[in-house]
Amino acid sequence: MPTVTMTDEARLTGLLRRVTGDEKHGPSAHSTLDVLWVLYDRVLDVAPERVDDPERDRFLLSKGHGPAAYYAVLAAQGFIPEQWLDGMGDAHSPLGHHPDRLLVPGVEIGSGSLGHGLGLGVGVALGLRAQGITRPRTYVLLGDAELDEGSNHEAVAFAGATRLAGLTAIVVDNQSATHGWPGGIASRFTVNGWTAETVDGRDRDTIERALRGHTGERPHAVVAVTERKGN
Amino acid sequence: MMRERFIETTTALLDEDPRTALVLADISAAPFEPAARQHPERVVNVGIREQLMIGTAGGLALTGLRPIAHSYATFLVDRAYEQVKLDLDHQGSGAVLVSVGASYDGSQMGRTHFSPGDVALLDTLSNWTVHVPGHPDEVEAMLRAAAPHDERVYIRLSTQQNSRAYENLAIPRRGDRGLVLAVGPMLAPVLAATEGLDVTVGYVNTPRPLDEGWLRSVAQPSVVLVEPYLAGTSTATIAHALRDLPHRVLALGVGREDLHRYGTPADHARWHGLDPAGLRATIGSFIW
Repeated sequence: MPTVTMTDEARLTGLLRRVTGDEKHGPSAHSTLDVLWVLYDRVLDVAPERVDDPERDRFLLSKGHGPAAYYAVLAAQGFIPEQWLDGMGDAHSPLGHHPDRLLVPGVEIGSGSLGHGLGLGVGVALGLRAQGITRPRTYVLLGDAELDEGSNHEAVAFAGATRLAGLTAIVVDNQSATHGWPGGIASRFTVNGWTAETVDGRDRDTIERALRGHTGERPHAVVAVTERKGN
Repeated sequence: MMRERFIETTTALLDEDPRTALVLADISAAPFEPAARQHPERVVNVGIREQLMIGTAGGLALTGLRPIAHSYATFLVDRAYEQVKLDLDHQGSGAVLVSVGASYDGSQMGRTHFSPGDVALLDTLSNWTVHVPGHPDEVEAMLRAAAPHDERVYIRLSTQQNSRAYENLAIPRRGDRGLVLAVGPMLAPVLAATEGLDVTVGYVNTPRPLDEGWLRSVAQPSVVLVEPYLAGTSTATIAHALRDLPHRVLALGVGREDLHRYGTPADHARWHGLDPAGLRATIGSFIW
């Protein structure tokens, strides 16, 4: 249930350029942008004044590199001041090239080294369930190349085997994994007992529908396919 | 046995404190079965997945639970080191890590099951309390002290143990020609080795943080450090505590070399010079 109002496209683009200082590339240079926007604008039940609310949805950015789109969305949604977007990575900036949960309100985990978010997400989903906090979901965003890290497969196998239904993994697939994923990424999840859907990572309505497509009985994966990295 | 005391106490904590959660990676899953049946939501066995074990502990901590994670030291700390560094420390989270196996408890299993470097690895991180109990009776108090807060705690269990429990910073022997610090289960061989020597023996079961005020109060110009893990692990800590006092330090512990040998823990202690005779020879030549 969105708790924030729509912000127009131009504003988001402006915020993104403010982070990157890049006038040449448009929003399409950021593979995670549409997924992040749909999450924060339409799906996640979280708001700037509720970053410590036990009943909030959890969004864990596992793919912590290239966080410009994440910061732009957080600013657009009011989690961080727009001024923070200037000078990312500077000595006094709370925004680094990998996000730090101790520095940025609304950021659930510090990430950067690949393959840590899904394991943490398993723990968060288990912890909420153990405390009877059953409404919130735990969303973890990964990249297709990040799936190279074996730690992800520990989490995928365990969450599927134990039907950890409160967990959603979103894999932004910009085809950057060196050896690819023959047979598709979604099959890695479904063979382990997850539900999974593969969608156009630029089609916001489709992304939203897929994110809402969890059954409540199994963990859910959404593979959001975008342009190949570098194109 | 320390491991049994850990299982009993953790099972009780799961009953008593709804914040307590236990994460296993198959090791000790069988003796925790009653607890798992009683608290299926808070006893999690992830299978043989140590990266996930620590990641899960980190996630549980983010939701306000108090995770206890447990395995062989070499799988819990060595193997999952980056998860310990990033999924706990970097997130500003804590957990209680409880290991078995120590440096060579599983002597017949060989090097793959040894972790002489666990405490040195944790020394690269921040704000870890490290407990090295010397007796099962010390284990329960350590666990109960760790359960109510959210800090980072490591408890290193071993099958090697002293004849009885001692308080941390106890002084079982007093003398004037040197201070011998015995960490955890090293106390028994140290007491045997220093029989008849004019030295003070100090017992430490919580080497991190080392109580610097206590150390300064009992320090003598000759200090011998006897640790059940890598030799020299605490040398820098002692040098810092005694930085303005003239002193010399002999640091004894487990050697770095992979011996490629099996045998008993007593054999390994002897090969590393940590048996009473070996300690007596080394300490005797250092203290004059």
